[in-house]
Amino acid sequence: MRGFLLSRLAQSVVLLLIVSIIGFAILNIMPGGPMAQYGLDPGMTQHDLARLKAQLGLDRPLWIQYLDWAWRLLRGDWGHSFRDGSPVLAVIGEHFFATLLLMGSSTAIAIAIGTWIGIRGATHRYSLFDYLATIGAMVALSVPTFWFGLVGIYVFSLRLGWLPVGNMYTIGDGSVLNYLHHLILPSIVLSLVHVAVWSRYMRTATLDAISQEFVKTARAKGLSERRILMKHVVGNALLPMITLAGMQLPSILTGALVTETVFTWPGMGRLFLDSLGYSDYPVVMGLLMFTAILVILGNLIADIAVALVDPRVRLA
Amino acid sequence: MSVLTADTVSSRWWHSRTARRFMSHRLALLGVAMIAVLTLACVFGPYLLPYTSLYIDLRARFSPPLTGNHFLGTDPLGRDLAARLFMAGRISLLVGFFSMLWSTLIGTLVGVVAGYRGGWIGAALMRLVDAFLSFPSIFLLLALSAALKPSPIMITIIIAITSWMEVARIVEAEVRSLREREFVQAGRMLGLSSAHIMFREILPNAVGPIIVASTLTVARAILSEAYISFLGYGIQPPLPSWGNMLNGAQQYLASAPWLAIIPGAAITMAVTSFNFIGDGLRDALDVRNDHI
Repeated sequence: MRGFLLSRLAQSVVLLLIVSIIGFAILNIMPGGPMAQYGLDPGMTQHDLARLKAQLGLDRPLWIQYLDWAWRLLRGDWGHSFRDGSPVLAVIGEHFFATLLLMGSSTAIAIAIGTWIGIRGATHRYSLFDYLATIGAMVALSVPTFWFGLVGIYVFSLRLGWLPVGNMYTIGDGSVLNYLHHLILPSIVLSLVHVAVWSRYMRTATLDAISQEFVKTARAKGLSERRILMKHVVGNALLPMITLAGMQLPSILTGALVTETVFTWPGMGRLFLDSLGYSDYPVVMGLLMFTAILVILGNLIADIAVALVDPRVRLA
Repeated sequence: MSVLTADTVSSRWWHSRTARRFMSHRLALLGVAMIAVLTLACVFGPYLLPYTSLYIDLRARFSPPLTGNHFLGTDPLGRDLAARLFMAGRISLLVGFFSMLWSTLIGTLVGVVAGYRGGWIGAALMRLVDAFLSFPSIFLLLALSAALKPSPIMITIIIAITSWMEVARIVEAEVRSLREREFVQAGRMLGLSSAHIMFREILPNAVGPIIVASTLTVARAILSEAYISFLGYGIQPPLPSWGNMLNGAQQYLASAPWLAIIPGAAITMAVTSFNFIGDGLRDALDVRNDHI
């Protein structure tokens, strides 16, 4: 286990390093680069700019600038927002919870429904249900999330009037019920793609587990089919799903950004788009690095979780 | 992967096992049909309509579909939605197709070199793949298109930069498994150059998975373009694309829902078609079925 942990950790560190290099490269192709904030100020002369550049150390070789930047990133000094001067990490922190709430609830929906569809598809292989689920998953993967959101708003908010058109809560009403009411539609919209992915993988994993020897043994012992399915098959099929949950993180974050835009949800996605609109590059870069780190951490945690549950992985 | 050799048994490609299997895949045929209809509509549609995509008919603003001469209705400026939809389709389909070409090219190059060389070069290249996959693609797409000027060609390149990794992974795995085969060893003994072995001997044997992956990449590229154009950082008006037609649609959702529903349906139709075709090709070309 220790060997596995160490090698997996080392891998993540290497990945972080490459991710930070890509991030630094993007920072430098932004219009105006790290100097963008000052270039926009009409009171600045060329002379001032040059002096500031030297002061900020931006006249040094690129690789030294990179080390400096990466070191500040590591220490938690992510710079300040151009808009109001507050620290980037604090700004991200303010919006993190809303995104987490949306991602968490939509993942819960995706896991619950996707697992059920996947298992049923595997146990009733080539049935009408399985066939429809397969086509349904492929169509669901093809629907643009924002369009699904717009159609959802049109039907459930504008036509039927059941659900609010957006925002996280009604101003002046801080009750949990009010939050939940606002959460329903965006989390369903965000979960669509993941229900599809989850159900396809779950179907494959269940079929894999069904064909294993231990299922034959369980049958020979005379266990009921239901017991075999619940205790032996599903347990084993869910294992690779932990890895999948980690792998799905970037696409959930992508979906969250789009969903937040449609539903004016005050999360990291909205923040990213607003910051882009204001050319607030420190926050844009901060979010880019923050989400990438989140993804790397998520994958690391998923792999460790699998290794903890399944000795075959850590011994391999 | 004896995809190509199996096909050479019959001289006519439509007699081949691959072609027959593809033809028996109903969803794939449906996909081909839908794409054909969409493409024909986008290519010839604008010539058959009474209005151009730029003609402004102020008296007919916000006409719902199937009223007067506007069979898909009009937008807030009174422009014909059908004409705009077809012109937008040209852009969206072209961006999707060329993004796929670029990302397949990048992915294949990286995958072949990583798989054949192995060692630290291979490991480094594959870590680069992992690193690119760690960024949520939309954040990378938006940051890049905000940084670079979003012309259609630049959008195409940006989408390719953020979508070559899947192809690279697939090709790398394929090449790594082919590397130790006899025909490759024979090539080495004949003194062929590494480049020749990589691209003339090994690569043709990995064509099946590449075709499947690139079909699915077209689907993803069309979606990517739609996402960033919807958010205002993709194709810029007055040039229409399916994504940017939806950009202003949300504010008219209550009064003119067709503005949002119709372009989105076109995107869904195109993307679904490519996903169906990719699925059919995967079955027909016998590509391992360990993805969705």
